[in-house]
Amino acid sequence: MITAEQKPMEEIIASVAPFNSILLVGCNECVTVCAAGGRKEVGLLASALQLHFFKQGKTLDIKEITLERQCDPEYVEELVNSVDRVDAVLSMACGCGVQTIAARYKEKLVFPAVNTKFMGASERQGVWSERCQGCGDCVLGITGGVCPIARCSKRLMNGPCGGSTRGKCEISQDVDCAWQLIWDRMKALGIEKRYEEVMEAKDWRTSRDGGPRKIVREDLAS
Amino acid sequence: MNAKTPSKLEKIMAAGHFGVTSECGPPRGSDPDVIRKKGELLKGYVDAVNVTDNQTSVVRTSSLAACIHLKLIGLEPVLQMVTRDRNRIALQSDILGAASFDIHNMLCLSGDHQSFGDNPQGQNVHDLDSMQLIQTVRKMRDEGKFLGGDEIKRPPKMFVGAAENPFADPFEIRAIRLGKKVEAGAEFIQTQCIYNLDKFEEWVRQARDRGLTEKVFIMAGITPLKSVGMAKYMKNRVPGMDVPDDVVKRMADTPKEKQAEEGVKICIETIQRLKECKGVSGFHIMAIEWEEKVPDIVKEAGLYPRPQVD
Repeated sequence: MITAEQKPMEEIIASVAPFNSILLVGCNECVTVCAAGGRKEVGLLASALQLHFFKQGKTLDIKEITLERQCDPEYVEELVNSVDRVDAVLSMACGCGVQTIAARYKEKLVFPAVNTKFMGASERQGVWSERCQGCGDCVLGITGGVCPIARCSKRLMNGPCGGSTRGKCEISQDVDCAWQLIWDRMKALGIEKRYEEVMEAKDWRTSRDGGPRKIVREDLAS
Repeated sequence: MNAKTPSKLEKIMAAGHFGVTSECGPPRGSDPDVIRKKGELLKGYVDAVNVTDNQTSVVRTSSLAACIHLKLIGLEPVLQMVTRDRNRIALQSDILGAASFDIHNMLCLSGDHQSFGDNPQGQNVHDLDSMQLIQTVRKMRDEGKFLGGDEIKRPPKMFVGAAENPFADPFEIRAIRLGKKVEAGAEFIQTQCIYNLDKFEEWVRQARDRGLTEKVFIMAGITPLKSVGMAKYMKNRVPGMDVPDDVVKRMADTPKEKQAEEGVKICIETIQRLKECKGVSGFHIMAIEWEEKVPDIVKEAGLYPRPQVD
């Protein structure tokens, strides 16, 4: 899923301070799962903002709504009536949601309330880690189910660098060496031989280097 | 192994002599005299001089420019190139630039992570990794073609090297990884600084068992310790460095004013012992900001005078 973290309060306050009314929009998908921008967080942020402005002798009118999916125009359409009645929109969705609202409501200022972080998985309660960079040409089948592009700090394709120490990356003791994980997994699967094959220069055109990407499914496109 | 390029370093090792290289870090400024002075200290005592490429991710004069300065005063440079800062277009372009000055040695590296340097905010590129950079320069040299397939007019004639750290983890992968670099096209290897000789010899043994020492010149990395402080720093703070306790103790047991001398002594003993290690073809003496010590080390280790080749 896409992970996100709420922006610092000061930054959020600064972005909405010029307005008298805002629409605070949560999303029921990824940001709900990572507890950054779901219905619950929308409620908490609305209260925190109202309290802040109340202390300053100002009333900020906040309308709260949490959409099923902010990255889907069908659901974003639900805002059509409420958007007209506010000065600006504060979105708690990932960057995809923010942009879907901005694209639909061209006359309205939209501010992000969260920083979108990465495509990750849950390690345990309250901990998420990066797992995928969307390179567009998945190599997990040859790297034992561990991605060197997302998980090696140098996205090395042919093994650990000289900085790998006791299973950790040279940048931090808190970061696992992806190639140690790959090697351990290859050994467990009995496919170490595969490591000896040199992976040649990758074609990054399928990644963001090829320009903004798009998927068109003719069978589904309307 | 027969020499395939005009590299003097290659010819010396191909003739069966121990090769000797050293290293020169470019300055954090544009004064060419800094490079020339370091070069002059090494002249005649080493076969070639590595020029580091923004080592530890700190901005310095470019490796290629410094290589040219060394070449112009009569030294043979080894162009170090990291894949951290340049994509495949820039890397190939700089290889051509070096070739246009008849620079004939190159060391392919991935480079330290930029978080160690003075621009931790920067992006890292890693379009290619070090293995793929080896493949790229070999293709340019042997096939006369760019990575994209187009023909090169006057291809580079690089003797192609890579680094290996026998002390990094997982240890069991290290000789296999060396094999991979050889398969990719590495012709010489310069290793991480060696203080744990037993472990290094075990790694060379594994390389021998895989037949790799017949295919690649292994140059043992040697760095003189200046003080017990440096020994401790290397042991505890430099990723992938293995400084055994007895080496630290030996430095600590030496009076402060004699520690530098002791460090040099350790170096010389290391070279003497590794000369007997079958599969070691040379020595890469990295005297970090201590280049003036290299001539003594070379002489006392019995590596002087340097052999002459055509």
